[in-house]
Amino acid sequence: MNSNSIDVAYVAGLARLELTQAETETFQKQISSILDYVEALQRIDVSSVADNPIDPNLPTNVLRPDELRPSLTAQDVVRNAPKSANNLVIMPKIVE
Amino acid sequence: MPYEAVIGLEVHVQVKTNTKMFCGCKNEYGGEVNTHVCPVCLGLPGALPTPNEQAIVKTIAAGLMLGCDIAPICKFDRKHYFYPDMPKNYQITQFDLPLCLNGGVLLEKFSFPKDVQKEEQALAGKKVRLTRIHLEEDVAKSFHFEDQSGIDFNRAGTPLMEIVSEADMATPEEAFAYLTTLRQIMVYGDISDADMEKGQMRCDVNVSVRPVGQKEFGTKCELKNLNSISGVRRALQYEIPRQIEVVSKGGIIRQETRRWDDAAGQTFLMRIKENANDYRYFPEPDLLPVRTDCGLKAEAETMIPELPSQKKARFMQTYGLSDYQAEVLAQERPLADYYDEALKTSIQGVLIANYIINDFLATNPDLTNLPIPASHFGELAELVGSAKINSKQAKEVLLEMFSSHQSPLSIVQEKGLEQVTDLAELEIFCDEALAANERSVADYKSGKMGAINALKGYVMKKTKGQANPGVIDEILKRKLI
Amino acid sequence: MSLYQETIASLRRKLTAKEISPTELVQSLLQRIESVDPKVNGYLRVDSEKALAQAKNCDLSKPLGGIPIAIKDNINEKGEECTCASQILVGYQAPYDATVIRKLKEAGAILLGRTNMDEFAMGSSTEHSSFKKTSNPWKLDHIPGGSSGGSAAVVAADEAIASLGSDTGGSIRQPAALCGCVGLKPTYGRVSRYGLVAFASSLDQIGPFTKTVEDSALMLQAIAGQDHYENTSRPVAVPDYTASLQQPVKGLRIGIPKEYFGEGIDHDVADALQKSIAWYQSQGAIIKEISLPHTHAAIAVYYIIATAEASANLARFDGVRYGHRTSTVGDPLTIYRKSRAEGFGPEVKRRIILGTYVLSSGYADAYYNRAQKVRQLLRRDFVTAFQECDVLLTPTSPTPAFKAGEKMNDPLKMYLADICTIAVNLAEVCGISIPCGFSSNQLPIGLQLIGPHFQEGTLFRAAHAYEQAHEWVKRHPQF
Repeated sequence: MNSNSIDVAYVAGLARLELTQAETETFQKQISSILDYVEALQRIDVSSVADNPIDPNLPTNVLRPDELRPSLTAQDVVRNAPKSANNLVIMPKIVE
Repeated sequence: MPYEAVIGLEVHVQVKTNTKMFCGCKNEYGGEVNTHVCPVCLGLPGALPTPNEQAIVKTIAAGLMLGCDIAPICKFDRKHYFYPDMPKNYQITQFDLPLCLNGGVLLEKFSFPKDVQKEEQALAGKKVRLTRIHLEEDVAKSFHFEDQSGIDFNRAGTPLMEIVSEADMATPEEAFAYLTTLRQIMVYGDISDADMEKGQMRCDVNVSVRPVGQKEFGTKCELKNLNSISGVRRALQYEIPRQIEVVSKGGIIRQETRRWDDAAGQTFLMRIKENANDYRYFPEPDLLPVRTDCGLKAEAETMIPELPSQKKARFMQTYGLSDYQAEVLAQERPLADYYDEALKTSIQGVLIANYIINDFLATNPDLTNLPIPASHFGELAELVGSAKINSKQAKEVLLEMFSSHQSPLSIVQEKGLEQVTDLAELEIFCDEALAANERSVADYKSGKMGAINALKGYVMKKTKGQANPGVIDEILKRKLI
Repeated sequence: MSLYQETIASLRRKLTAKEISPTELVQSLLQRIESVDPKVNGYLRVDSEKALAQAKNCDLSKPLGGIPIAIKDNINEKGEECTCASQILVGYQAPYDATVIRKLKEAGAILLGRTNMDEFAMGSSTEHSSFKKTSNPWKLDHIPGGSSGGSAAVVAADEAIASLGSDTGGSIRQPAALCGCVGLKPTYGRVSRYGLVAFASSLDQIGPFTKTVEDSALMLQAIAGQDHYENTSRPVAVPDYTASLQQPVKGLRIGIPKEYFGEGIDHDVADALQKSIAWYQSQGAIIKEISLPHTHAAIAVYYIIATAEASANLARFDGVRYGHRTSTVGDPLTIYRKSRAEGFGPEVKRRIILGTYVLSSGYADAYYNRAQKVRQLLRRDFVTAFQECDVLLTPTSPTPAFKAGEKMNDPLKMYLADICTIAVNLAEVCGISIPCGFSSNQLPIGLQLIGPHFQEGTLFRAAHAYEQAHEWVKRHPQF
C-alpha cells in the first residue's frame, strides 16, 4: 500500500470538513508519515485469526424489553439547537 | 423489437412496537413534534443505543411468514452518510449479516388490481423471490418551508425493516400485487400497520428495460416519492414506456434517481447516480451480536398466525366456500377471525358467509370494532338451516340486527316471525285452503299445476307468511292426490 | 494537614463522625482552587455556589457522602456545559446525566467542577485543549499528561479529593503517572459509558483519579456495574473492592513483559521500576519474565481502530442540533463543512481524516479489518500471560512529563509515547498507575499494574501493598 495514495482533500470531503490549502498540505505530510508507520501491520502474520465478521469474545443477546423510558421535553430537545422555531430544529432549506 | 421490464422493489416497513429500535422513546405516529425524543435518538454526545427485543422478534416473525432463512447469529453495522434527518450522521443498520435471507412473496389473483384479475399475469401464481430482510433505525422527519426546513425527531429511531426483492417482477401490476400481499402479511402478523400514507410502509422501485430474450439487465433507474400502492403502479405505467421509448430510439438510460409526481403523472430526474456512496460500513461497536437460535426464533414462531392463503384454503375446504367468498373473508384478519367465531355456533358456513359478505359488509362496519357479536350470524344461520324461518324472513332479521344489534332469536320472537312448523297446524290450514278454493282444486286436478299457487298463497296468508313454502307445497300436493 | 490534602477514606471518617462539615470541606477546596488553579489551570469551570449548595444538601450516610469530586469535561452532567474542551461544543448544555454522574450523586458525592482535557480526549498532554493549557503541578512549564490532564492535575494539586477521567489509550493512567497520583482504567465494560462523549467506542472507559489506592477502590465501588443504558457494559457482579486491599502480595505472580522495558524507556523510569520489582520480590511475590510478542504493533492497531471509530462518533457534530453552527450562510452541506472546520482543532481534524480514510472503500480491508485481526493477537498475548501471572508490571510512561510544546510539531512522536498503556485498552483488560518514584529533576514516575478482565481487586491488592510500604503519597507539589 502506498501511503502517499491518501488524497486528503477527498477524504476531508467525505468527512464534511472544509480545509484550507495550508491545512491540506500539512495533513498530507503528517498523515502520510503515520500511514508509513502503520504499514508495519501488513507484515504481521494474522493467519491464526479466523475470518469471522463477529468478534467471538463478545457476549450476545443483551436485549432491551419493549417498555417506555423517559423522553426529553420538546424544550429540552431544541434548547441546544443553534436555530429552532415552534419546537422544530431549523436548518437552511433541504433540497432532496 | 419487443421490450420487457425488470422490476425490483425495496420496501421499508416500520415495525409496530411500543418503543423505538434503540431507545425507550414511544414509537408512535403523529405525536406533538419532538416529544418522543431522548439523548439516544437525538444523537446527543455520549448517548448509546440499546436494542429493542420485540422489534427483533417481530422481524424474525415477518421473515418466517415470508419463508426466509433466519440467520442463527447477526449483528448491527454503522452506515455513514451526512444528512440533516440523521441524528448521528450514521445509521445503525445490518450490512453483511442480516436477520433474514431468501424467502419469497406469492402473487395470488386477488392481490392484483381488480381490472387485471382475469389476466394471465394474475393467474400465473408467480413467486417473487426476496434477497434479504434486515433491521435498522428510521430517520427524522423534515418539514419544508419556503426557505428553511424544520426537523422533528419523533420518527428518528423507529424500528424499520428493509425488505429487498430480487428483480423478479415484470409489470406494474405485479409490483402492485407484491406490495398488496406484503402489506397484508405485515398487518396479519401484527408486525406493522403498513399504512403508506403514514409512512409506515415506503417503497423505492428499481426498474430497467431490455429486449425480450436478452439475459443482461438494462441500466436501472430508481424511482422515489411513491406514496401509495396504486401510485407505484401508475409510476411504472409511465416509466416503463418512457425507458422503452428512449432505448428503442437508440438512446441510453443513465443510472438515475427519478421522482414520481403523481399529480403530473410523470417521473422527473432528481439526481444522477454517478458514484455509489462510500458508506464505510463497519460493525457497530456499541451493540453486542444477537443469536436467534436461543429463544428469539422460537418466540417469533409462536407469533405467526395462520396466513391469509392458508385461511382461504381452509375456508374452502372445511366450509365449502367459493374461491371468491373465501378470499373476501380471509383477506383481513379481523374479518377472518370473526367468521371463525361465527362458525363456533353453527355449521352453516356458506349461509354465514353470504350474510357477512352480501349483507353485513355493505353496511361498512368498522372491522376493528365490529358492533355485532359473531355468534348472532351463527344463530341466524341455524334458524334458517332448521327451517324455523325462511330466507326472505332472514333478510328482514338481518336489517333489524344491523340497526338494533339485537340477537336474531329475540328479533324473531318479538316480531313473531317464527315459521309455523307445527305440521298439525299446517294440515288444518291446508284443509281450509282446499275447502275455500274449490275452483283451484279442480283446476289443479285437471292438470293446471300452477293452480296450487293460489292454495299456497291462502296458507301463507293464514300463517302471515311464516310458513315454509316447501312444507306447504308438500302437504297440499299430498292432499290433492 | 489541611482538609484539602486529605483522602476520601480519612474525610469520610471525619464527616460521619461530624468532626467536620461538608461545607467546611468544600470551602477548604474552593480556597485551594482559588489559590493554585491560576497556576495549574486544571479546571475549566468551578461553580462555587452550586458546590456549596450541594454541601448543604448531601447525604452523609451514603458511601461518598460529602466528598467533592471534579469531572472531566467530556462526561454529561445535567444542566452543565459539556465542551470536551472543543469550540464545537461551546454552549452545549447537557440535558441528562451520564450514568456515572447519577451514581456519584446517589453515592452522595459533591460535583465540584469541570476539568480541562485534550479536545475530544485526543492527545497525551492536554495541549490540544481549545481553551487553555494545564500545567503539571510539579513543574508548571511541563505538561500534566493527557487526555485527562486536568483531572489528574487537580487531584495532584489537592484541588479536588478525587476526580473522574476517561481512558482510551492511556488517558487516565499516563497523566496519573506524570502528576504523581493514582489512576485506574477499569476493564472494558466494567463502568458504564452512557453519557461519556464517545471517542473510540470499543476502547473508552471512565475511571477515577485519587490520591491513594484505597480511595480508588472506593470510587470504583460507587461507579461500577452493568448499565441497561449501555449494551456493552458487562453483566459481571461488582465485588467488594476494599476487601482486596488487605490481602498480602506473598505468592502473587507478577509478570514483567520484556517488551515494556526496552530502549525507549528513560533511565530514571527504568531505575524506579527495577526498585519496585525488587520490593515486590522481597515481599514474596513471584516475579516472572514474560513476553507480549505483539506489543510492537499496538500503536499502529490503536491509531487505526480508535481513529476509525472516532471519525464515526464525531460525525454527529455538524452544527444542526447543538453546538457551534457557522454564521456563514449556505445550504446544509456548507453548514456541515464550515461548522466542523471552525469547531474542531487540528489534532481532531487529523484523526477524523485518518479514521475516515482507513474505513473508506478500497482501504478498509488493508487497514481497519487487518487492524482488528492484529488486535485479536494482542488480546491473546494478554490472555496467555494471565494463564501464568496474576498481574503484569510495567512503566506507565516511558518518560516523565516533558516540557510544554516539545512534541507539538510531530504528531507521530506524541503517539509513540503511548506505548506502555495502549495495549491494555486494546485487550480490554484493567490497569492502574501508582506513584513509584521521582526523576532526577523531581518529576513523578508511575508504575503500571495490569490485571485480567474484571480482576480490579487483584490490582488493588498489589497496588495498595506497595503504596503502604512507600512514602510517595506523602509528597505534595510546592507552589
